[in-house]
Amino acid sequence: MPLQIQLRVNGSAVTTEITPDTLLATFLREHLHLTGTHVGCDTASCGACTVLLDGLAVKSCNVLVAQVQNCDITTIEGITPADGSLHPMQAAFKACHGLQCGFCTPGMIMSAIDLVMHHDHSSDAEIRAGLTGNLCRCTGYHNIVRAVMQAAPIMRSAKS
Amino acid sequence: MSTARAPLIGQPVERKEDYRFVTGTGQYTDDIVLPRQAYAAFVRSPHAHANLLSLDTTAARGAAGVLGVYTGKDLANVGGVPCGWLIHSTDGTPMKEPKHPILAEDKVRHVGDPIALIVAESVRAAKSAAALIDVEYDALPAAVNPATAAASGTAVHDIAPDNICFTWAVGDKAAVDSAFAGAAHVTRLSLINNRLIPNAIEPRAANAQYSPANDSYTLYVTSQNPHVERLLMAAFVLGIPEHKLRVVAPDVGGGFGSKIYLYAEEAALVWASRRVGRPIKWTAERSESFLTDAHGRDHVTTAELALDADGKFLALRVDTIANMGAYLSTFAPCIPTILHATLLAGQYSTPHIHCQVRAVFTNTTPVDAYRGAGRPEATYLLERIVERAARELAIDPPELRRRNFIRKFPYATPVGLTYDTGDYEATLSRALELADVPGFPARKAQSERRGLLRGIGYSCYIEACGIAPSSIAGALGARAGLFEAGEVRVHPTGKVTVFTGSHSHGQGHETTFAQVVADKFGLALQDVQIEHGDTAKVLFGMGTYGSRSLAVGGSAIVKAADKILAKGRRIAAHLLEASDEDIEFRDGTFRVKGTDRSKTFAEIALAAYVPHHYPIEQLEPGLNENAFYDPPNFTFPAGSYVCEVELDPQTGAARIDRFTACDDFGNVVNPMIVEGQVHGGLAQGIGQALLEGCRYDEQSGQLLTGSLLDYTLPRADDLPGFLVETVKGTPCEHNPLGVKGCGEAGAIGSPPAVINALLDALAPYGVRELEMPATPFRIWRALAAARGTR
Amino acid sequence: MPSLSYHRPSSITEAVQMAHDDPDAKLLAGGQSIIPSLKLGLLAPSAFIDLGGLADLRGVRLAGRSLRIGAMSSHAEVANSADVRKHLPALAHLASGIGDRQVRNRGTIGGSLANNDPAADYPGAVLGLGAELRTDRRAIPADSFFQGLFATALGPDEIITAVEFPLPERAAYVKFPQPASRFALVGVFVSLTGKSVRVAVTGAGACVFRVPELEQALARGFSPESLAGITMPADALNTDLHGSAEYRAHLIPVLTRRAVAQALA
Repeated sequence: MPLQIQLRVNGSAVTTEITPDTLLATFLREHLHLTGTHVGCDTASCGACTVLLDGLAVKSCNVLVAQVQNCDITTIEGITPADGSLHPMQAAFKACHGLQCGFCTPGMIMSAIDLVMHHDHSSDAEIRAGLTGNLCRCTGYHNIVRAVMQAAPIMRSAKS
Repeated sequence: MSTARAPLIGQPVERKEDYRFVTGTGQYTDDIVLPRQAYAAFVRSPHAHANLLSLDTTAARGAAGVLGVYTGKDLANVGGVPCGWLIHSTDGTPMKEPKHPILAEDKVRHVGDPIALIVAESVRAAKSAAALIDVEYDALPAAVNPATAAASGTAVHDIAPDNICFTWAVGDKAAVDSAFAGAAHVTRLSLINNRLIPNAIEPRAANAQYSPANDSYTLYVTSQNPHVERLLMAAFVLGIPEHKLRVVAPDVGGGFGSKIYLYAEEAALVWASRRVGRPIKWTAERSESFLTDAHGRDHVTTAELALDADGKFLALRVDTIANMGAYLSTFAPCIPTILHATLLAGQYSTPHIHCQVRAVFTNTTPVDAYRGAGRPEATYLLERIVERAARELAIDPPELRRRNFIRKFPYATPVGLTYDTGDYEATLSRALELADVPGFPARKAQSERRGLLRGIGYSCYIEACGIAPSSIAGALGARAGLFEAGEVRVHPTGKVTVFTGSHSHGQGHETTFAQVVADKFGLALQDVQIEHGDTAKVLFGMGTYGSRSLAVGGSAIVKAADKILAKGRRIAAHLLEASDEDIEFRDGTFRVKGTDRSKTFAEIALAAYVPHHYPIEQLEPGLNENAFYDPPNFTFPAGSYVCEVELDPQTGAARIDRFTACDDFGNVVNPMIVEGQVHGGLAQGIGQALLEGCRYDEQSGQLLTGSLLDYTLPRADDLPGFLVETVKGTPCEHNPLGVKGCGEAGAIGSPPAVINALLDALAPYGVRELEMPATPFRIWRALAAARGTR
Repeated sequence: MPSLSYHRPSSITEAVQMAHDDPDAKLLAGGQSIIPSLKLGLLAPSAFIDLGGLADLRGVRLAGRSLRIGAMSSHAEVANSADVRKHLPALAHLASGIGDRQVRNRGTIGGSLANNDPAADYPGAVLGLGAELRTDRRAIPADSFFQGLFATALGPDEIITAVEFPLPERAAYVKFPQPASRFALVGVFVSLTGKSVRVAVTGAGACVFRVPELEQALARGFSPESLAGITMPADALNTDLHGSAEYRAHLIPVLTRRAVAQALA
C-alpha cells in the first residue's frame, strides 16, 4: 500500500509515493538519484550511507522514508557549494588526504560534520571515538582524524 | 607557457580525483542505471557440500516481474571460471584443476555457491522469486579445516580424492638438511596465518548490457583489471569475440585484491543480458560479499631456523598447507608458491632455504590474493621465528637481524629471486630512532604502575613488487604476460590525455601519473588527464595489484612519453632548421643547443596536427604514442616496523600505543599518497593481528563470521596514529622512475611486529605463542593457560 | 512477500488500539534493531505502528528523587541531557556508549528495553538501578520486566511510555565490548542507594541478571577490595566466537571492581 510522504531534501520540498518498507538510502539513491550517499552493508555497520536528519547524523540504510515525514534531510550533495568550492570539511579531507577510494567518504564527511557541530570533540582520541560509526578500509583513519582536526576550528568559527 | 618550474615529482600534490569523491559525484558501478534496467538476484547454496538432487524453478518463472530464471543446466555449454596460473607438483604432474561452473551443475561446494540466477524488473521482485525456487539437496560431509582436509575422507572434487591440488617445493632440500645437522641452535615455530575477508567498503557489483545493433556487450564492473576480465570472459568462459565485449571499471570503491578476479556472477550477467534483451544489474549485499568475495591468507605452517653459535642463520625449513577453498580463483595457485616461498630469505643472507607447499581444496569460499598476497605469510613466519630465536638465544632482536642482513647487492637468494638494491640497516636504525626504543623501559615501568603490561616488537620485511617480468612469471606458471600498457595522446593544443592499463581504486593514479607526465613535458598538472578502466578507451592493460601500478604502469607511460619527445625533437628540428641531434628538450621547450631558437611543447603539438610546414615524407602527422613495458625484474621494497603495545592482563584487552614504520620505496613521486598507502596497509595488517579472523564451523562449513557484527574490521578507535617515514631510499635500478611500489608494505610488515610486541609483553608470564587475531579473549586464555589457572 | 502497512498514531491510546487490532503488527520506535531484521528477512510484520509522532513519549524530567525518561527519547538525548548528566551520570555515560553516534541519534530507550537484546546496555541500567517501567496501563518493576532471551513482561499490545530511574548515591557502568558489534560482551552496572547495592550484568547470559554474591559483598563494604577472591561460576553464561562462558565469568568480578572504583571516583 503506497504512502504519501513529504519531506525536504537538501532544502527542496519533495512529495512522493513510496512503499512503507522503502529505506531512506534507497529513496535517495534510486528515486532522487542522489548517488553520493552510498550503501556498503546490510547491518547498519559501515556508515557509508550517513546523512543528516534534521541536522543529526543517521544511517540512511537504517531509517524508513515513512519515519521522516516532514523532516529535513541533508546529503553530501546538499553541503557542496554550487560555485565549485568546497565545504570546510570537504576541503580538509582533500587537503589532508583523508580519502582514497572515496566510497566511504560522503558518509564519513556527513558524520564528521555532525561530530564537529554537536560535540565538543577535539583530541585525537575523542575524534576516533566519535567516528566509530563509519568504516574506512583504505586510510587507516590517520588522515581522516587530521582532516576533522583541521576543519573543526574553521566550522566552529563560521558557526559563531 | 611552460617555463622552468620546480618538479612535481616528489611533491605532496593534492589529488585531482578528490573533488568528485568529496562531493559525492564519483560514479561507482551501482550508481549506473541504464535504460530499461533489469536487476538480478542469485540463489545460493546454504550447504557447504551437497549433491543437487533437483531444482524446480516453475514458480519463480511465473512470479511477478520475473524476466528470466537460469540454472547450471542453461549454462552447460559455457566454460567455467578459469584459473590464470598453472603450478606443477614436485613430481612433475600439473595441479588438479577442477571445473568451476558459473552456476552449480550437480554439486555445491561452499556456502554461497550460486545455483540460479533470477532476472526481474526490480531487486525486490528478483529476491521474491528467488525464494520460490525449490532446491532439493543431499547434504555431504564437508572438508573445512585445511590442516586436516587431506585426511578428511570427503573429496571436494572427484579429480582430487585427497583434496590435494598440488605439492610444490623450492630450494635445495639436501643442503638445508645438512645445515640443520650441523647447527648450534634450532628454533621451531608452528603457526596459522589467519584467513581474512577483504571487505572493500564498496560491495562487488556488475551491470551487463547486450546491444543487438552491433552484436556487442558492455559490462560495467567493480574490477581492478578490466582488460583481464574481458580476456578471461571472452576467451575462456562465454566465447564472445574479444572485440565484441567492452568492460568498464568506473570508480571502484577499494579492492585489496578481491576485485582482481573474474567472478561467476559477472559472467552470468553478461550471458543473461543477451537472453533477456535488457541490461542487468547486480550489487552484492554485504552478506553475499562475505560468502563470495575471494578470501585471503589461510596457511598452516611449520618453520625451523638453524643458527650457528654466533646467531648467523644457516638454514630455514618451511612446510605450509595453503587453503585454496572450493575452487581455484584466478591467481590462487601462485599466492602460496611464487609470492610466498620465494620471499623466505627476507632481508637475510640465509644460505639455504627449502619450502614445501601443499595446496588443498576445502568446502569454503575460494582463497586468493589479498593485500600483500603470499608476502605477508612469508614475512609473518620469518619475522616471528627470527624474534623467537632472539629470545631463545638472549640476543637483542634488532641485533640478531643486523647480524644476518644482506649487505651486498645485487643479491641472489636461495629461493630464486635477485634483489637489485636495498639498505636494510638504514631503515632499521631510523625506525629504532623514531620509535624511541631507548625510552621503552621507562614507558614499560609507567605502564606497570598502572597495572598494565607493555611490550615492543619488531619486523623487517621485504616484498617482491612490480609484478612481474613476463618470462619469469611464465616459467613459474603464469598463463598471461604481466607487462603494462600506456598511451600518451598529445592534443593539438598541447594538452595531454594519458591512457593507462593500470586501474585506480583509491591509489590516486590520476594524480601520481599526471605528476610524472607533467614533469616529463614541462606542463602544469591540470594539463594532463589520466584515463583508465575502460577497454574501449585504453589499448590494453594487466591492471592493478601487487604494488605494480607506478613501477610497471608508470614505466609504460614514461616509455610512451619518451617516444613523444623523440618525435617532437624531429618536428622541432625541421621547424628550427637544425639537425635532430642539435635539439634539446628542457623545461617544456625544444631548442637548438647553444642558441635562443626554440619551440614550445604546444607549438610542436600544433605543428604535428596542422602539418603545413612538416617533414611529411619522413614523419607521420599527429602526436600520439603508446608503449608496452615489461619489467626486467621484480622490485624489492623493504622496511622496518616497530610496534609497542600495552595490555590489560585482567581482561586481555590490548591497545597499540605506538606504531612506527620506516620504509624504502626507492624514489617517491607523491609522498602524501605514499604515506596514505602505508597507513591503509598498516590498518589491514594490524587488523589481521588483532581483530580480523574468518571462522567456519569445522563440521558444517557454515561461515561463522558472516557479517560485520562478527567479523571485526578496524574502526577509528581500534588504531593508533601512525609514525610513518619513507627514508631517502635506494632507487630501483631497473625501471625508469626508480620506484618500487608501496601499496602492500604496511599489510606485509605489520602483523609480526604486533604479535612480537604482545609476546614480549607476555613473556614474563611464560606465554610463547598467540594465534592471530590476538583478541582479548585469546590473550586472556593464553595468560590463563600459562598461569595454569584454567 | 506480503506487503507491509505503516501507521503513525497520534496518541498512545490510538497506538495501543492499533497494536490490539493487528497482532502481526510491530511497534516501531527508533528502528535501529527492527529495520536491520526487516532487511535481512528475519522479520516480516504485517504493519509498522510508528511511535515517532508521540511527542508525549519524549524528554527527561526530574521529579523528586527520580528521573523520568520518556520511552521515545533517543540515546543521544539521554547522553546529552543536563539533568541526566548531573543526577545520574552513570546513565549518561552508558547512553553515550551505545552503538555509535548515528545509532544513538535514532535508537530509543523504550525500543531497546522492549527488544531486550541480551547484549544491550540499557537493561543493565534499568535492572542495576531498580528502575520502574511505565506502560500505557501499569508500572512494571525492573526485577520482573526482563524475562529471558528477547522476552519481557510486556503484553502483546502494551507500550512502554517512560522509565522512572530512582537516583542512587553512587552508580557506574563498565562495558567490555564485543569487538565487532560493540554490543556488551559483558557489561556491569552497579549502584548504591542507602544500604542497598545492585549489580546487574548484561551481555553474559541469555538476559540481563543480578548477582547476589557481589551485591552482598558490596553491601558489607562498597569498595573494590570487598570483592577480593569472589569468582563467578560459568554455568549458564554465553559462549560464542568472541568469548567463552569462562571468560565472561572471569570478566564479571573484574568489571564490577572497576565499576565500583568508578562509582567512588
